[in-house]
Amino acid sequence: MLLKELSEARGVSGNEEKVREIIREHIKPYVNEISVDSMGNLIALKKGDGSLPIKVMLAAHMDEIGLMITHIDEKGYLYFRPVGGIDERILPGKRVLVGDKAIPGVIGLKPIHLLKEEERTQIVPAERLAIDIGAGDKGSAEKVVNIGDYATFDVAFQELGSRRVKGKAFDDRAGCAVLAELVKEQYPFDLYAVFTVQEEVGLRGAKVAAYAIEPDVAFSIEGTVADDLPKEKDVSPTTRLGHGPAITLMDRSFVAFHPLVRLLVEAAEAEGIPYQFKQPLVGGTDSGAIHLTKKGVPSATVAVPCRYIHSPVSILSLDDFENTIRLMKAALKRLRPEHLKIE
Amino acid sequence: MDRGGIMGTFEILKKLSEAPGVSGSEEGVSKIIAEEFKKYTDEVRVDALGNVIGLKKGTDPSPRRLMIAAHMDEIGFMVSEIEKGFIRFTTVGGVDERILPGQEVIVHGLRPLPGVIAAKPPHLLPPEERKKVTSRDQLFVDVGLPEEEVSSLVKVGDFISFQAKCIKLQGDMASGKAFDDRASVAALIYCLELLSQMKHRWDVYAVATSQEEMGLRGAVVSAYGIAPDLAIAIDVGFGDSPGLSEAETIKVGKGPAIAIGPNFHPLLREALIKTAKELEIPYQIEAIPGPSGTDAWAIQVSREGVPTALLSIPLRYMHTPVETLSIKDIERTGLLLANFISRLEKFPPE
Amino acid sequence: MVELIKALTETYGPAGNEARIRQLLKEMVKDKVDELKVDALGNLIALKKGVGGKKVMLAAHMDEIGIVVNYVDEKGFLRFSAMGGVFPHTLVGNRVEFENGVVGVIGVEKLDSPDKVPGFDKLYIDVGAENRESCPVKVGDIGVFSRPLVVQGNRLIAKAFDDRIGCAILVKLVEELKDCPHDLYIVFTVQEELGLRGAITSAYGIAPDVGIAVDVTRTGDTPEAPKMAVSLGKGPAIKVKDARMVSHPGVRQALIRAAEEEGIPYQLEVLEGGTTDAAAIQLTREGIPTGVISIPCRYIHTPSEMVDLRDVENAVRLLRRYLSSDELWV
Repeated sequence: MLLKELSEARGVSGNEEKVREIIREHIKPYVNEISVDSMGNLIALKKGDGSLPIKVMLAAHMDEIGLMITHIDEKGYLYFRPVGGIDERILPGKRVLVGDKAIPGVIGLKPIHLLKEEERTQIVPAERLAIDIGAGDKGSAEKVVNIGDYATFDVAFQELGSRRVKGKAFDDRAGCAVLAELVKEQYPFDLYAVFTVQEEVGLRGAKVAAYAIEPDVAFSIEGTVADDLPKEKDVSPTTRLGHGPAITLMDRSFVAFHPLVRLLVEAAEAEGIPYQFKQPLVGGTDSGAIHLTKKGVPSATVAVPCRYIHSPVSILSLDDFENTIRLMKAALKRLRPEHLKIE
Repeated sequence: MDRGGIMGTFEILKKLSEAPGVSGSEEGVSKIIAEEFKKYTDEVRVDALGNVIGLKKGTDPSPRRLMIAAHMDEIGFMVSEIEKGFIRFTTVGGVDERILPGQEVIVHGLRPLPGVIAAKPPHLLPPEERKKVTSRDQLFVDVGLPEEEVSSLVKVGDFISFQAKCIKLQGDMASGKAFDDRASVAALIYCLELLSQMKHRWDVYAVATSQEEMGLRGAVVSAYGIAPDLAIAIDVGFGDSPGLSEAETIKVGKGPAIAIGPNFHPLLREALIKTAKELEIPYQIEAIPGPSGTDAWAIQVSREGVPTALLSIPLRYMHTPVETLSIKDIERTGLLLANFISRLEKFPPE
Repeated sequence: MVELIKALTETYGPAGNEARIRQLLKEMVKDKVDELKVDALGNLIALKKGVGGKKVMLAAHMDEIGIVVNYVDEKGFLRFSAMGGVFPHTLVGNRVEFENGVVGVIGVEKLDSPDKVPGFDKLYIDVGAENRESCPVKVGDIGVFSRPLVVQGNRLIAKAFDDRIGCAILVKLVEELKDCPHDLYIVFTVQEELGLRGAITSAYGIAPDVGIAVDVTRTGDTPEAPKMAVSLGKGPAIKVKDARMVSHPGVRQALIRAAEEEGIPYQLEVLEGGTTDAAAIQLTREGIPTGVISIPCRYIHTPSEMVDLRDVENAVRLLRRYLSSDELWV
């Protein structure tokens, strides 16, 4: 399953090559041109049949959050900083894989027996944690890892039953898997399928890719936060598993282009696809960078709901995943020039 | 390649450091830089945001473009209000407010006025307040003149810069204000001087950027205007000093740091490391997991994207008027750049 | 002028949903300009052609701050987030109005201590609905402050002077400006309150030679106010610096010169915490010489902002004089 392969692939922001190669192999047979730009974005062009002469950009980001080794001390412990927005509370007690050779390491902690009372409820800041790869000293460590190496969480993809799956990096390997499916279709317009880099450190890849392509319209396909755990108050779950793809009305990075939101809703209702609206003003996506390119690009974001996206283990529903593919196909089928005008 | 050894570099650094040039009002230092650039480049221009851009043409018939950026602006202050001859001020850029009381400054009114940042004497403060950092609304700049004279010479919006001498310390160490980032400008000038005796194929755009401390503003527009194929930013990095761990710093006196991380193109970084190794120029590696906080962050995403690298000169006590570094590190940076440029042919390398 | 200002401040137009205010502004200017268009983000761009002068972009943002509904609970109460700089202490007990005319009251959960300002998570809106199914408001709907304009002598009180007062000034300029040598791009921008977004794309599209934003700024003249050298009624402010930009010295000088030559009172503005479309325009393409005329305004981002009509009228005069000169920067 491509989703499994992508979830287990290792590609932290700035180091996406391996993910790019897997995607390239999968989409090659279905597209006309493939190029990689100076930042590492994978840009695939699938020409349309000419009946709708516009450029449509679909973006999904290849990078995941992870860690970067910043210092190796005399005893061979690796000190690190987070890359992208990691919830620092999840770091202690986790297994990681370091560098291109995937050297196994663990993030350890002072044993609980030796803690003072007040320490038990304190979060240890990332600067005070270290990765232990079992090297005895700096020299032995430097034989297998370097400063600047990236570390990913060591989490296997697994089916849980009831169409639910767990794995790392569903944000946004789920989006990449959706996009890899979408390139198999034929469209009336020119499709630019862009697998972007460095979304997690500031929507960076999307910015330069959109500048080069200058699309007429753009969609980002994401894995977004689902906070549908039991709550004390009756407040928003952001999105919920099992309730279909989430359409963004607005988030912190952009306001979705209203005609495109209407297009998505009409397409979903016409084909009986479940959908939900993501809680407004939460998070940001590549659309945030794309919509401000040059004179502006009408943009929208559709996402697969995922629990725990900024921790090593996320959970999603394959029903939502497949419905996201269906919704995008239905919307792209119905895309017309009037959806690109605000009035 | 002898330019008078360390003294030559120190003299340039001193001239640059002592000139006024707060973000948004860099004229005092940009004039000096333009003169220096003129000695070694073919054309010098200043753009709409005050960036000084010197073009040194390469030998290729259709040369590709390399942009090297070092920012010339410094942090400082601006007059926000005048109360009975005493001047209230706002900060420009990330000023460390702990160093303010008793600091000497220059108010750039109708003429430059020396002044001092005054705080209430400690005897008049309640005991709990003596132990706290004085908040800015309790501070004034006092230029010592009568009220009417101050009102006629100074107005809201006038810039205020630190007054600090650039001095030599032991060995090859020096201290002064605005080494962030005039030390890098000095390295860039040294690089151009060396290059004037070397052949290079690429066009080199040496840019003293403006308003970096206000959010990389000069870099955004200068990179757009130049549309380079490659870029290298030179800035300062956190040098080792008391109270900081080894993990957070780079070593003063051990050469420039070449940065690794998402902001930087791996092949450009490797090419710089290769040059440093071949010439046995000491260098360090600095891992930066996200935004570098330098012009490199802005340049990398200009237009369709620019492969970018960062060289950092190790600096102690950043953003104070007593920034401290090793002059040798400046020269090593200039030497590394000049040699990298003279060897630059294809990018990406075959 | 007061009627113009009243119509603009009382019209619904939050960031991201500016259709109504855009329609109103279109009606106001369409017969007085040569070209009118709406770009991909919704910016309204009007061109008044000159004769061989420079390309000048004048920008005032038509969006106002508001609140966006992020959840309708079982009982029909609404949970919401701030759209732009909205703060809890201005909300409790206030009213908001949605695009469909529904009015909501902002209520608050029980507080541990009555003196503390509640966070957004403790606030909700009550539109009087019986339950979720019959609630006339849905997720994504945006509410704005609900207040009529009041005139008291020279002082005006209303919501959304930020930046409908800037829009009013540009409308007045379009009406009054004759024989301007420059091509004037009058841009009513969108989504300024969400990060100067409309200014970014409109400035890129126009690529002007000079940019001037017209917006509001704080004053330091109310009891125990944070220090600031701008006061109501002392004239429009010519901006030197704000949190994100330093204005182009040559443009600033030309604006000062225009004021002094015309005998218009003006103030110099240094603003901490706050910025305008000019910060985005200045960084367009290779960089654009940019300045700002600010209208002194008390209680910005509350339902009751206050300006002085004389400052507004003087701003129009200042800009008219500035634009009549061939030299737009010194």
